[in-house]
Amino acid sequence: MQSAVNSSAPAPPVGGGRPSPGPGAWRRTGVGRWADPLFAILAALCGVLVLLVLAYMVISTTGTALPVFRSQGISFVTSTDWDPNQGQFGALAFIYGTIVTSAIALIIAVPLSIGVALFSTEYAPKRVRGLLTYAVDLLAAVPSVIYGLWGVFVLLPLFLQPVADFLAKYLGWIPIFKGPASGLSYFGAGIILAIMITPIITALTREVLATVPTADRHAAFALGATRWEMIRAAVLPRSRAGIVGATMLGLGRALGETIAVALLVGSVAKVDASVVRPGYSMAAVIANTFSEATGEHIRALVGIGVVLFVMTVIINMAARAIVWRFNRI
Amino acid sequence: MSVVDRWPEGRVGPGVSLHDCRPARRRVWRNRRNTVLIVLATLFVLITVGMILVYIVLKGIQTMNWEFLTSSQPFSLRRSGGGFLNGLIGTAIMVGVAAVVSVPLGILGAVYLVEYGKGNWLAKLIRFFADVMTGVPSIFVGLFVYTAMVVNFGFSALMGAVALAIIMMPIVLRSTEEMLKLVPSELKDASYGLGAAKWQTVTKVIIPSAAPGITTGVMLAIARAAGETAPLLLTALGSIQLTAKLWGEPIQALSLAIFDGARNPFAAGQARAWAGALELIIIILVLTVLARVITSRSRLSR
Repeated sequence: MQSAVNSSAPAPPVGGGRPSPGPGAWRRTGVGRWADPLFAILAALCGVLVLLVLAYMVISTTGTALPVFRSQGISFVTSTDWDPNQGQFGALAFIYGTIVTSAIALIIAVPLSIGVALFSTEYAPKRVRGLLTYAVDLLAAVPSVIYGLWGVFVLLPLFLQPVADFLAKYLGWIPIFKGPASGLSYFGAGIILAIMITPIITALTREVLATVPTADRHAAFALGATRWEMIRAAVLPRSRAGIVGATMLGLGRALGETIAVALLVGSVAKVDASVVRPGYSMAAVIANTFSEATGEHIRALVGIGVVLFVMTVIINMAARAIVWRFNRI
Repeated sequence: MSVVDRWPEGRVGPGVSLHDCRPARRRVWRNRRNTVLIVLATLFVLITVGMILVYIVLKGIQTMNWEFLTSSQPFSLRRSGGGFLNGLIGTAIMVGVAAVVSVPLGILGAVYLVEYGKGNWLAKLIRFFADVMTGVPSIFVGLFVYTAMVVNFGFSALMGAVALAIIMMPIVLRSTEEMLKLVPSELKDASYGLGAAKWQTVTKVIIPSAAPGITTGVMLAIARAAGETAPLLLTALGSIQLTAKLWGEPIQALSLAIFDGARNPFAAGQARAWAGALELIIIILVLTVLARVITSRSRLSR
């Protein structure tokens, strides 16, 4: 550690033999006098840049979408009537699709992630834990477009379509599984989203579980608890807030996911109670139709983006607040 | 803070209650059932990872060859042959420019948070909104660059690079901040003790000793940017031409080329998309693994 510093730290320009001019005195002369405050200002500007960019993002997009917000009013988010040729822009079908696909993703990903995180902190030997962490990180590194490609050409024929058919055939009397079933549906997009957000929720949950003191675990075992009882009584109660935070960060990611959903959601702009039928999502409609849109249609798509932004920011802020509070305890 | 008061009346310890002592056999059975469920969840995730990698390699390798790596897309998605060289070059240009812009900005911003702003309201605000910004959907970043710049200047590699830079900067900033916090104060004190100014301490002592960790964050940000598709749809647009121009015309990216192949019904285009996926995932995995190796070599650790 020290040697690294000696090699890289500058030798101070102290005059040979003369008495030292006192701490810091040498830099108050010449150009050096300005270097320090300038550097401080430069660093502060780079930090403030984050705020400026974020503010400009909100202003620029909202400004573009404003005419559509004005002309549509509240029906922009309450109407399902989306007809760009007639100037009708009701985005409810897309908002509904985003919420439904994200909900499906959470229902599947949260138990799965907690299971994997528990396995790696409470069950796995050290070497297996490292391997598992590596595999989960790998899953997190795969880009959205590759999930989409894999989802359409591998998961769809192998899993999504058969399962959707099965659900419609045997549970079709329940409205949410009513057929005719398609793998390209809320359900299909929800499954691919679940696979995509599992690594995020797992990684955060694992960190939270790791903060539970070992003494608590030993205390539970000493009282005769089985391993599961130990988890129920010592590990989960302490981690609850952290797991909720991790879930909400996963939800934030699921809401904004674009490409994989665009390929798997089925691209039909209507509100359908059945999850095994095709629908649409906010991010997907922007990605799929932006290139052929003109005029008001573009403004409406930007407006959908603004609504999506507001939704994800609220979810993310709440998640950060929960995680921060958890960290302070 | 006592743990004990969290348990409801009558309970004396974790999972053990005086009023409700379940039969031992049921407790053991429940333990086994949940162990099985947890192991199954883990296996399920591992199988998914395996299936994704195996299919990308198996399907990608069929089309991957020298021609694929060294030629551009044919004029029609129906036609076989050709490759994603135009996409590879576009991705390299846009990610490269984005990194050159966002990395210094992110590192300096982190320096402000750790060395200058320490705990003041501005630093807290920046940290919070940097976190918010990492959670902003990438397609929204694309919409922003479209409304703010593309409407005036047209689609180009530079527009794509701006979008990627906006995505990368908060990632670099937050990961660098975590690394700068780990630099021991003895090092800084030694530097100040030798008479160095603060900016000299930052550039010659603090940043060099945190360099491995910063590099890791930068590489993860680059890996993330290389796979981004949605913001590029609205900024770089995509093109089948081989071009290296920063300005004036749309440009292809690997991710855009894969998306194009995946959403069209032509077998030749789909085959190219798989080979492109293999190419892209290799690039991303190399970056991720390098990042890990650099972290494990780093002498600063949590």
